This record gives sequence, structure tokens and C-alpha cells, in this order.
Amino acid sequence: MFKIVKKRVLNPTVTQMDISAPLVAKKAEPGQFIILRVDDEGERIPLTIADYDREAGTVSIIFQVVGATTEKLNHLNEGDSLADFVGPLGNATETEGYRKVAVVGGGVGCAIALPVAKKFHECGAEVTSIVGFRNKDLVILEEEFKACSTKFVMMTDDGSYGTKGMVTNALEELIKEGEQFDLVIAIGPLIMMKFVCALTKKYGVKTVVSMNPIMIDGTGMCGGCRLTVGGKVKFACVDGPDFDGHEVDFDEAMARAAMYKPFERHAYEEACNLFAKEVK
Amino acid sequence: MANMSPKKNEMPTQAPDVRNKNFSEVALGYTKEQAMDEATRCLHCPKQPCVSGCPVQVHIPDFIAKVAQGDFEGAYQVIALSSSLPAVCGRVCPQETQCESKCVRGIKTEPVGIGRLERFVADWHNEHATEAPVKPAPNGHKVAVIGSGPAGLTCAGDLAKKGYEVTVFEALHVAGGVLVYGIPEFRLPKAIVQKEIDTLKALGVTVATDMVVGKILSIDELMEEQGFEAVFIGSGAGLPKFMNIPGENLKGVYSANEFLTRINLMKAYKPDSATPIQHGKKVAVVGGGNVAMDAARCAKRLGAEVTIVYRRSLEELPARREEVEHAMEEGIIFKLLNNPVEILGDDDRNVCGMKCIEMELGEPDASGRRRPVEKPGSEFTVDCDCVIMALGTSPNPLIKSTTKGLETQKWGGIVADEDGLTSRKNVYAGGDAVTGAATVIKAMGAGKTAAAAIDKALMGE
Ligand SMILES: Cc1cc2nc3c(=O)[nH]c(=O)nc-3n(C[C@H](O)[C@H](O)[C@H](O)COP(=O)(O)OP(=O)(O)OC[C@H]3O[C@@H](n4cnc5c(N)ncnc54)[C@H](O)[C@@H]3O)c2cc1C
Ligand code: FES
Repeated sequence: MFKIVKKRVLNPTVTQMDISAPLVAKKAEPGQFIILRVDDEGERIPLTIADYDREAGTVSIIFQVVGATTEKLNHLNEGDSLADFVGPLGNATETEGYRKVAVVGGGVGCAIALPVAKKFHECGAEVTSIVGFRNKDLVILEEEFKACSTKFVMMTDDGSYGTKGMVTNALEELIKEGEQFDLVIAIGPLIMMKFVCALTKKYGVKTVVSMNPIMIDGTGMCGGCRLTVGGKVKFACVDGPDFDGHEVDFDEAMARAAMYKPFERHAYEEACNLFAKEVK
Repeated sequence: MANMSPKKNEMPTQAPDVRNKNFSEVALGYTKEQAMDEATRCLHCPKQPCVSGCPVQVHIPDFIAKVAQGDFEGAYQVIALSSSLPAVCGRVCPQETQCESKCVRGIKTEPVGIGRLERFVADWHNEHATEAPVKPAPNGHKVAVIGSGPAGLTCAGDLAKKGYEVTVFEALHVAGGVLVYGIPEFRLPKAIVQKEIDTLKALGVTVATDMVVGKILSIDELMEEQGFEAVFIGSGAGLPKFMNIPGENLKGVYSANEFLTRINLMKAYKPDSATPIQHGKKVAVVGGGNVAMDAARCAKRLGAEVTIVYRRSLEELPARREEVEHAMEEGIIFKLLNNPVEILGDDDRNVCGMKCIEMELGEPDASGRRRPVEKPGSEFTVDCDCVIMALGTSPNPLIKSTTKGLETQKWGGIVADEDGLTSRKNVYAGGDAVTGAATVIKAMGAGKTAAAAIDKALMGE
């Protein structure tokens, strides 16, 4: 069992939890992920490692409530435990040897982008962070990003905070202004990563994306996480999760991510009903 | 005088059109009377050819003699001398190519039902034995076992009985390897596997689940920092193969590993499971091994019309004969001598068919089986909305890539000598990780051999 040592509500639908998992904390690197099960009947879901504290032996996860499992997870509190917490899985993000990096995060993807931005900063790169949210209420981790970025750009879809527009608008503007990024890292919804990649391809800027497809084992055993990258089949859990964004077949990834949508919606509604009943 | 009936006592089973809708065990097991009667079919021939057909040389005629006398616990003790998992092997061993293929009775008529008797004896013991396993006195030595499939479980059990402090590291959240994530409940009830694991725990073995060795800890760390003096790698051959044909990443295409894992490990067949699975209406399963049969029969139980597409003929089907027969009885359609060339998708990228080509058998290939060759111009489409690829698996490269100096074959198998010793001192390996996908009994045998070798190595020091 893995104890929840700390729970922090970042916005109405996004929560951070620090989980006690000393061995995972000891090895975790930015870009890697864990797989958890909330309870003994639970499904296995992958979540990217948002932070870790090797001394305290904790690993932080940040999740948005999107389905039955995250709904259940969100109902747990400090002192409760998770049935399973496996990791660190996947490869760490390559952060060595870059001078000037743009880290582009979208929505809850910012939670994953942050440790990567921090690591680039530690490795001596000049970090420009561009983060995008739907509106002001959903903004997370602003101060944390500022702390590790030379330049910070906040975008919201509705203009309720920062600049109105998409992260791609901000990125394109910076590139046009003459910013010479030797790497762009994009982490967020598939559609955002797709558009960032289309843009950077036009300008010839190397771009890495972090893929988070449906997974079961996370060790290369099921192939459920497979993607097409550069015309070849790759397993995101062992070959990734980071890939060259210009090579990823995003349309296929988006279709595969939607494979269980009807099931998920149903399960989510059931979970919500159950919790509603409990409250009554 | 032996019972000269030409046929084995039939195994009672659930009726085919009942069982193809549920996940309960298909074969129900012999009664005491059926078992004792079947046991009298053994001729007790002096050469005991059946024993040499068994990968772990169970003393078959001896245990059968005890069954005939009604001494079932005695029979169990005979089997236990050589095998650690009789309740499992009695259910899943390919007896027709092992012990039973050597049975003298089998020359003219049906061989003695050795597998069925083994199963009976093991089940009888599990039901009646009251003696709890005793934890032996510790001998002060620590051994790590990676993987909790039959190889790892057997190695751990044998060492624990000698007093070793054994920890089994398992990547998944439950122990058992293929026995829990691959082989379905209707062939091998999970309660039987759980019982084996509980016995190990009672012997003092620590089972550490959620531990992916190579990620959370490396073999070097286990040995240098955690004080394990020897390591046994029983990590199996879990990496699924695909055909690399167009359409393989469409929605509705699964590897057999994924399909079976969702069903067996994650219990997706239960209506209230948190893990989803696609309930295809028409499912095509590609392949002809046990894995293909298991995937097909699971899909059938989820309500689909199921077709097995295999590129060779019935003769070459590598699955256990009983599984093929059961699959046929359950209404699974076999399209033999056909090979997929493309999976077809609709506008939403859902599978809507599979283009195949007819094959014919040509000259024998390296495996001695006649090589299937395409018949030009014979393409046709199989109507389906789900495709399961059961083409075989290979060892996962994770352990190799994180263990300095561990030699592997080109195809990924760990190099080990006849004792299971790898290219690294005090690091042993066995089971599918060494041989590639094989059988439960061979994995178990490798675990046993390595346990004996580890004991010798550590005690000799
Ligand atoms: C669907 C299916 C049906 C089969 N049917 C039959 C049958 O009827 N009869 C028969 O004899 N054989 C059958 N087999 C084959 C048989 O199951 C295998 O040969 C046998 O299980 C191999 O045992 P093993 O111990 O070597 O490996 P496995 O059973 O594969 O166990 C390996 C274990 O190691 C774990 N592991 C892997 N890497 C790591 C790591 N880095 N760290 C920690 N743990 C790790 C895995 O999660 C797994 O639990 C079948 C196989 C399948 C897939
Ligand atoms: S999650 Fe199963 S192979 Fe990647």
C-alpha cells in the first residue's frame, strides 16, 4: 500500500498528491511515469511523475478528474493509501546539451511540463515556458514555472488571464521575433501537441512530445500503448514516452485514445452516482 | 490384470454450448472412482517410457499405482518429489506430446490419462491435506527471484524449503506470471495459482509485487546494496509480436497479450470491471498456438462469432490438442491455410474487415514443418470488427539492457548453461526468458534445476 502524504487542490478539477514510495522516488527522473491502481478492483492508469523528493521518499502526481478512476482517486485524502504504485517507468526526458529551450504546456499537461522545465533550467539551458489554459480558473503552477523560466508566457483560450489565444500563437510569435530555440518540448492534449509540431516543422525547430496513450502494464508486455512514429510501431511505455514530434502520427494516436470513450463515460457516470449516493 | 479398455475414462466437462458463455472451468475433473479405474489401465511396463517423456521426470507409474490403491495422498507425495505445480501442470501440460505420447497403451489405443490423473491427485490433495507448510529454519542466505511465473515460483519454493530467505520481485500487481495474466480462468482457475502462492508465503517467501526490476532496482543493486547473494531471472517472454501489415494500429486490433491481460488479470469479462474491453461481434484471431485458442475462446465467451486464421493446416496447429478440440466444440470457426495481408478500417479507424490470402504447403522449412506459400490472386476478406494477433512473444529486453555483462541471444533469450547459470556470477535464469515462449512444465523444471545449482554454489562457498 502506498500512502497519500499530501493532497493539494490546484484547481476545481486538478489535484496534486504526494505519494509515499521511497524506492520510486529514489530513481524517478523528469519525463518518466508511474502506473497506479486506486484499490484492489481498480484499473491500472499511467500518470506522469510531476515531482519527487528523494529525501522524503515521495513522488508527486497531478491529475485531472476525467473518468471513474480519477474520480475515485480524487475522493481519497491524506492518510489514505493506493493499492498499487509502480515505477518509475519509461525513459527520462533528454535534458543535456541544450542552450535554449521552449517548454510548451497545455492544461493539466503543465504538471508534466514543469519538472522538465525545472530540469532544463538546472542543466543550464535558458527556458522559455509557454503555458495555456482554457480560462483563469484552471491555471495551475504559475509561480513554479516562473521560478525556473527566463521567459514566461501565459495564454488562455478566453483571454480571462494572460494573453488570449493558443500556445501556438505565442510560440510562433517568439520564433518570428527571432528566438532561436534549439528544442521545443510540447506536453498537453494530443491536439495541442499536433498543432505545435505542425508549427515547429514549418520553422524547422526540433520538437519532442510526451505521449500518454492507453496503457496496462507499462513494461512492453501488451502493446496497447503502441503508436506510429516515423512509420514504425513504437510502444510508448518502453520506447517513450518522449518522441520526435515531427514523426508521430497524431491522428492515429487520437483515434486510439478514444477507443473506450463510451465505456469510460458510462463508468464515470456510475462512479459519480455512487459518490452522490454516499453523500446523501 | 490391467483394465484393457481402449479408451481413457472420459473427462467430465461443461456442455459446449453452456460453457462458451461462461468463464467457469471447462473440465470438471475425475471422480474418485473414475480416477481409480483409469489408474488400472497402466501396464507398469518395466522401461517406464512415460517418465522419459516428462520434462521433469515425474515417477508416473509409481503415482498411478498409488491412485489405483486409493492412496491419493501417497500419490501426491510421489508427484511432489519432481513437480511443484501438479494442479497447474495436470491442467495445462501438452501431455499428448510428452508423457502420454510415450505410453505403451497409446501405440494401439488411447494412452493412460496421465494428465487427468495428475490433476485428480493434486486437486484431492488441495482439498484434503490439512498439514500447513512449515517454515524451515533460516540458513542465513538471501536469494532474489525476478518474475513470479512457474519458473520463478518453483525456484523460490525449492530454495525456501532449504531455508533461504527468498524475495520474489514481480512487475505486475499480482503474482503468477502467464498463469494469471495469460491462461484464462476456464482453463486454469486463478484460485489454484493463488493457493500455490499462499503456500510459498507460508514457507517464508516474500512476494514483492509492483516491482519492475531494471527500473526500480537493478540486478547489480539487488546484489551489491540489498545483500542478495544470488539472483534467478524468470522474467518470461512477454513481448508481443505484430505482423507489420497495414491497419494493425486500428481501433479493435489487440495483441493476444493485451486482450488476455484485460480479461484475466483485470477481469474485464465481469460486467462491473473497471477495465474496459471491446466486445467485438465478429472477432478474427490470427495464430494457432495455445495463446490463439485462449484468445478465441475468451472472445467467444464475450459473445462474439470467432474465427481463427492460421497459415498452416490442422496438422501443424501448435496448440494442445485438447484446446483445439474444445475450441471446435465451442463453435469457433477455423480458417486454415490463410494468412492476413491487411486489416481494413472505416472512416473512424475502427476495424471493419481483414484481407487474407490463401496458402498452400510447400517444402519443409527449418522447423521441419512444411512451409506455407501464398496462392497468387486468392485474396478475400474476412468480415470482422476486432482482430487479435496471437503470433508469439519474445523476452523483454529490460533486464538485459540494465544488467552489465548479461549475455543474450540475438533474439533476446538470456544465455544460460544447463544449470541455469548466466554469463554473470551467481546470476541464474530459466523458463521462457531463456528458451523463448515454451511450456509451464519446462519453466518449472528450469526453476528447479537453478534452485539446486544456486544451493550448491552458495553452500560450496
Ligand atoms: C495465453 C497463454 C496460454 C498458454 N498455455 C499453455 C499451456 O496450455 N500449457 C503450457 O505448458 N504452457 C502454456 N503457455 C506457456 C506458459 O505459460 C509459459 O511457457 C510459462 O508461463 C513460462 O513461465 P516463466 O516462469 O518462464 O514466465 P512467465 O509465466 O511469463 O512469468 C514471468 C513473470 O515475470 C514478470 N517480469 C517480467 N519482467 C520483469 C521485471 N523486469 N521485473 C519483475 N518482474 C518481471 C512478468 O510480469 C511475469 O509475471 C501459455 C502461454 C500463454 C501466454
Ligand atoms: S502499456 Fe503494455 S506495452 Fe506499453
